[in-house]
Formats: sequence, structure tokens, C-alpha cells
Amino acid sequence: MNGVHDMGGMQDFGPVEPEENEPVFHAGWERRAFALTLATSAPGGWNIDMSRHARESLPPAQYLGSSYYQIWLAGIEKLLGERGLITPEEIETGRISAPVKPVERILKAEDVAAVMAKGGPADRPASEPAGFRIGDRVRARNIHPEGHTRLPRYVRGHFGEISRVHGCHIFPDAHAHGLGERPHWLYSVSFSARELWGEEAAPRDRVHVDLWEPYLEPA
Amino acid sequence: MSGDHHHDDHHHHDHEGSELSSTALRVRALESLLVEKGYVDPAALDELIETYEHKVGPKNGARVVAKAWSDADFLAMLREDATAAITSLGYIGRQGEHMVAVENTPHVHNMVVCTLCSCYPWPVLGLPPVWYKSPAYRSRSVIDPRGVLSDFGVSLPEETDVQVWDSTAEVRYLVIPMRPDGTANMNEDDLAALVTRDSMIGTGLALSPDEARARGLLA
Repeated sequence: MNGVHDMGGMQDFGPVEPEENEPVFHAGWERRAFALTLATSAPGGWNIDMSRHARESLPPAQYLGSSYYQIWLAGIEKLLGERGLITPEEIETGRISAPVKPVERILKAEDVAAVMAKGGPADRPASEPAGFRIGDRVRARNIHPEGHTRLPRYVRGHFGEISRVHGCHIFPDAHAHGLGERPHWLYSVSFSARELWGEEAAPRDRVHVDLWEPYLEPA
Repeated sequence: MSGDHHHDDHHHHDHEGSELSSTALRVRALESLLVEKGYVDPAALDELIETYEHKVGPKNGARVVAKAWSDADFLAMLREDATAAITSLGYIGRQGEHMVAVENTPHVHNMVVCTLCSCYPWPVLGLPPVWYKSPAYRSRSVIDPRGVLSDFGVSLPEETDVQVWDSTAEVRYLVIPMRPDGTANMNEDDLAALVTRDSMIGTGLALSPDEARARGLLA
């Protein structure tokens, strides 16, 4: 989806403003919104790609006008609503009006450490050999999927070189939409800054982007 | 003055309780609903917050860097399989499942971004600062990395090339900054004090011993 979340190369957002001695959270509600986001994926049954898609498909003006944890909050409200766990009406009124749905699991306090330590590795056994090797010249496809994708707009149509082979990883374009993991080979593709941004870029600067095989064609 | 004094004291006491924003109220309502419906264990939320606010942070990454600077075998392992090397120090789990270390040299400066969202290596750096998640950083670091560096007060020699790593997949990048001069006799603990969070994202450099002393980080 060519959404506003796909920000690489956009201009006029102003300078980057680091904050001295920044706290981890800036308000009590940020702590809760953060933890709720991690904890609700257990009863909700959604994966990280679905979470990302929920956030990036918020209305563009809302996405740009919200703070980071406001976006996370809107993301879980949407996912909870889609699965009928918490309805929009319940969120507005603060009162339970829809039945409790049976869920497969919830995250218990005593399991937090183990669940976080386990994480969610995305690598999977390969069913076929990698199509590209380090040093191969490739072109990022000029495609515009309407759903979730991790192929940023700023590299589409551009030529690069395979700089790392990461292994076979879950394919977000399928996984975000409940179509299964459909693992594909994942590479770091190295683009010269001049290829992406033109002659004014520094001659030897490079941008490396992690891209799955279906995003690439031989060049 | 004296008459108002008591009133002011009272007013400032429960700051968060008395001035809740609409977002804070919304998060509170959502949490209550989720707990009442049995989807979320509130103690799990506390545990998640405790973990990421107090236990996990850039001190972990600094240990990785200090070890890489002082232990050739560890550096070799970090180059070969960064996930295994970092796991061997106990820094594992969510958002650090697939690690790659990128080393700065006099010729190459590495910098990490996530243009599509906010991907960041939690087990070694903790949760990302606000600027890392900001549209300004996400948009500009790929098209104008040297401009972003100047926002952080970093200017690189012309012969140093910039390599930007856009974390579009589940691979997480840790920058190994250059070891500062005048540190040949320092032990790992003292070296770790030179390694700032920003130096491991690539928006800063490691501190010199004098800079670290001036900040009270080194005796």
C-alpha cells in the first residue's frame, strides 16, 4: 500500500530533535498502551504483520496527526474490533455490551519473561534454493500492492546489488492478510545513493534495504 | 500568598489523576474492558512495563560493543553470527531474533533506520527514543543521512562513506562504533561507559575517555 507510513525520502518534516535524558515513556498512558499492545496479541491471535498493517492503514491524516503510542492504541482498537473482542461501542461508552468471546490464550504475568525471551523468529526452512547470491545485480520491482508490503516506494524500479543473504523468512505481504507464512528468501540489497537520489548524492554512500525475493527481479 | 499556599500544594499532588488527557482516559477505559472480559492479566501489563522501562536498555548493547572491542574471538563470532554472539551474553528475545552487527571504520559509517515503522533491536537497546520513530528521522535518514548526522552534531570526514540500513524485515542492526583513541589500556567495564545509545544506532560516535569523564560516566 502506498501509504503515508512509507516515509523514506519524503521531505519537509523538519530537523530531527533528540531529547536530552529522554525517559522511556512520556506519560502513564504510554506505558499502558505499550503493554496492552504486547498483551492483546495473545487473545487476539494476530501476528506482527497484521499489527503493522492495522497501524499503517489508519486514515492518513490520523496517522500523521497522532503520537507514536496513539497510533499503537488505534491499531489495537481496530484489531480488537475486527475480531469482535471489544466493539467500537464498548470503547466509546467504557461499558461491556458485547458478549465475551472464547479465546485460545491470554498472557499471564508469570509467562511474560519466557514469552519475551522466546520472541518470534521469522526464519523458516527453505523449500527451494535461493534465487540470488551475494554480488548479484537486481532490480526492485516497480509494483504497487494494495495490501501490506515491506517494499518501500523509494527503491521500486531501482537497481541494486545483493549484499547479504538472510535466509528464508515469513513473507509479510501474505502473513499480514491471514494467508499463511509463505516464506521466501530474504536479502539485504545495497543501492547506491546516486541510483536512488540522483547526482547530488555523495558518490559512494549506500542504502541497504531488506527485501524478499518476490520484490526482486534479475538485472 | 500564605492563604493560597495550601490550595496550590493540594492542586499539584495527584498530577496524572487530575489532568488526564482524552487519550489517557481512552487507554484506561480500554484496559478496564479487556481486564473485565478476561482477555488481559493486569499483572502481565505491569511485568511488561517493568521489563522494558527498567531491565532492558542500551547498557546491554554497550556490553556487546565493549566485548567486541576487547575480545577478538567474540568479534569473530559477532561477524559470523551476531545473533549467536549476542545470545551468548544473554540478550535475547523479541525484536532481536535475527541480529546483524555493522562495524564502523575510518572509511565507512553505518546508520540504522526503519522508514516504514519503528523496528529497533530491543534486547540490546531497549525501546526506541521518540526521534527514532519520528517522521523527520524516518523520511530523511535515507535521502540525507549527512544532514541528519549534523542534527546530532556529528560531521564525518569527506573520505568516510555513509551506509544506511533500512530495517524493513525482522533483521535488526546494531552499529559497532569505532573504538576511541586513548583507550588501549581500558577494561571492558570502562569501555562500555564510552558506548552511547546513539553510537549504536549510528547517529553518534563513541565518547572519548575525557568526554565520558565530563559526563560523569567514567571515574
